[in-house]
Amino acid sequence: MSTSTVDHLAGGTATPLDAASTGNVRSRGYRDYLRNRRRTRAGVIAAQVLVLAAVLAFWQVGADVRLWDPLLTSTPTTIWSTFWKLSAQGSLWTNTAVTLEETLVSFAVAMVAGVVIATAIWWSPFLSRVLDPYLVMGNAMPKTALGPIFFIWLGSQLSVYGMAISISLIVTILTVTTGFVGVDPDKVKLMRTFGANRRQILVKAVLPGSLPTLLSAVRVNIGLTLVGVIVGEFLSSKAGLGYMILYGGQIFDLSQVMTAIVMLVVMSAVLYAVLVGVESLVRRRWRVA
Amino acid sequence: MTVLVTGSTVRPETPLDTGRVELRDVGLSYFSPKQETEALRNVSFSVAPGEFIAIVGPSGCGKSTFLSLIAGLIKPTSGSVTIDGAPVRGPSRRVGYMLQRDHLFEWRTVLSNLRLGAEVQGLDKAAATDRALSMLARYGLGGFENHYPNELSGGMRQRVALIRTLVTQPDILLLDEPFSALDFQTRLALADEMAEILDDQETGKKTIVLVTHDISEAISMADRVLVLSGRPGQVKSEHSFGLHTGGRRRPFEVRSSPEFNDCFKVLWKELDVHIDG
Repeated sequence: MSTSTVDHLAGGTATPLDAASTGNVRSRGYRDYLRNRRRTRAGVIAAQVLVLAAVLAFWQVGADVRLWDPLLTSTPTTIWSTFWKLSAQGSLWTNTAVTLEETLVSFAVAMVAGVVIATAIWWSPFLSRVLDPYLVMGNAMPKTALGPIFFIWLGSQLSVYGMAISISLIVTILTVTTGFVGVDPDKVKLMRTFGANRRQILVKAVLPGSLPTLLSAVRVNIGLTLVGVIVGEFLSSKAGLGYMILYGGQIFDLSQVMTAIVMLVVMSAVLYAVLVGVESLVRRRWRVA
Repeated sequence: MTVLVTGSTVRPETPLDTGRVELRDVGLSYFSPKQETEALRNVSFSVAPGEFIAIVGPSGCGKSTFLSLIAGLIKPTSGSVTIDGAPVRGPSRRVGYMLQRDHLFEWRTVLSNLRLGAEVQGLDKAAATDRALSMLARYGLGGFENHYPNELSGGMRQRVALIRTLVTQPDILLLDEPFSALDFQTRLALADEMAEILDDQETGKKTIVLVTHDISEAISMADRVLVLSGRPGQVKSEHSFGLHTGGRRRPFEVRSSPEFNDCFKVLWKELDVHIDG
């Protein structure tokens, strides 16, 4: 966060210089507008940094002066040293890798299976009507309740995937089906006037036409999948960040719990950022507004 | 009536001989659990090869239904629809259908949009590309082949949509209110441009069925105008005004010709009677 602040401030001071060097004449009002905009933005970022710093300081100092028992909250400095300790041991990275792998695999499976099933539903109105009540029920039911069943059926490792996929699959099916059905019926009619068969309509009109929906499904899914993976690890696994958190809690090692949570936050932020990047590439390539 | 029968897979070398559309005693009903809606009743008319007819009528009278019937998108409940004597059984390469809005695919370039029909029908890609490029050049869109639809104006988009319909070389062209989404000035200009495109000898003369609610558009473009009654749609009257002389259509000139107003009044009266009744 601190680096991004520097970037913004640097960008801010550079703008007037750019204008001068390119010889762009800007009106006084426009310059004022830009300056105000920059100030507001810098203000927001400064406040964000301040809030974080204040929370960390309060956390640290409160524990140091025994306002509360540090055993219950750990402290930022202990988390920092725990991070380096676990990092050196390698266990932090192995657990992160396990969670990451479980998340990516479950995400991919849920996306592919979801799109395939949505395609089948789009293809056959009969199937669509048959499946409708089951999808609605499946969507409404809390999938975490199925945890023990997955554990018994799939074993300790695979049940993590089962949990994660079950959480994101039905949402994917519903979102993508809605996207398919939402494609302008006249686009389908246009394809039919050319004599297109169902497969051509799907590939040339419906799939590319529902790209915005597919992209939003992707963004929702990565978060849901991560929830599923952590819950799955809580229930059964022997590795992963969820396991680290649960195990740390059981041995009352709050520093380990907090370290794993921080790692999880970083991981989900990175995943999200990567997806946003991919999404903007796709949007540019396919001219999605 | 003589019906010319030709194999529908053979591309006509002499376009004027083919492209006869005939509807005989066509009835069409829509069914829903609660009711049956009769959209068309006992409709019969035919369009000669190379003829340009317009169908006008009050909204909701099933004008566009005719186009779907001729295009083979829906089947009549009773009666028959034939092209050159052969019953229509489904979408055919011989029929080109231009929808109300252009429906250009935003994710495809202009050229790629123009190749859509050829791709679907499995036509020779290089030949389709050649036709598309030469039509773009002739119809004032040269150099736009690699642009995306959102970079074009409404009138340009509609011209691209017309070219997309022509690339597959249909000899029957169905136009469903092709100007209705445009503003008035663009509409007038585009009607002239489209008339020019449709009369272009290089693309070959085509049988054209235009559906519109715009009386002046019908008079200024078509050889013959069919007036429909309200639901259930029936052919109320037919008018051949004969305003197009010299083999080329000039909609804008027709609009300003002295006879135009009389024709307009005739059609207006036909439609008006129904609206009041």
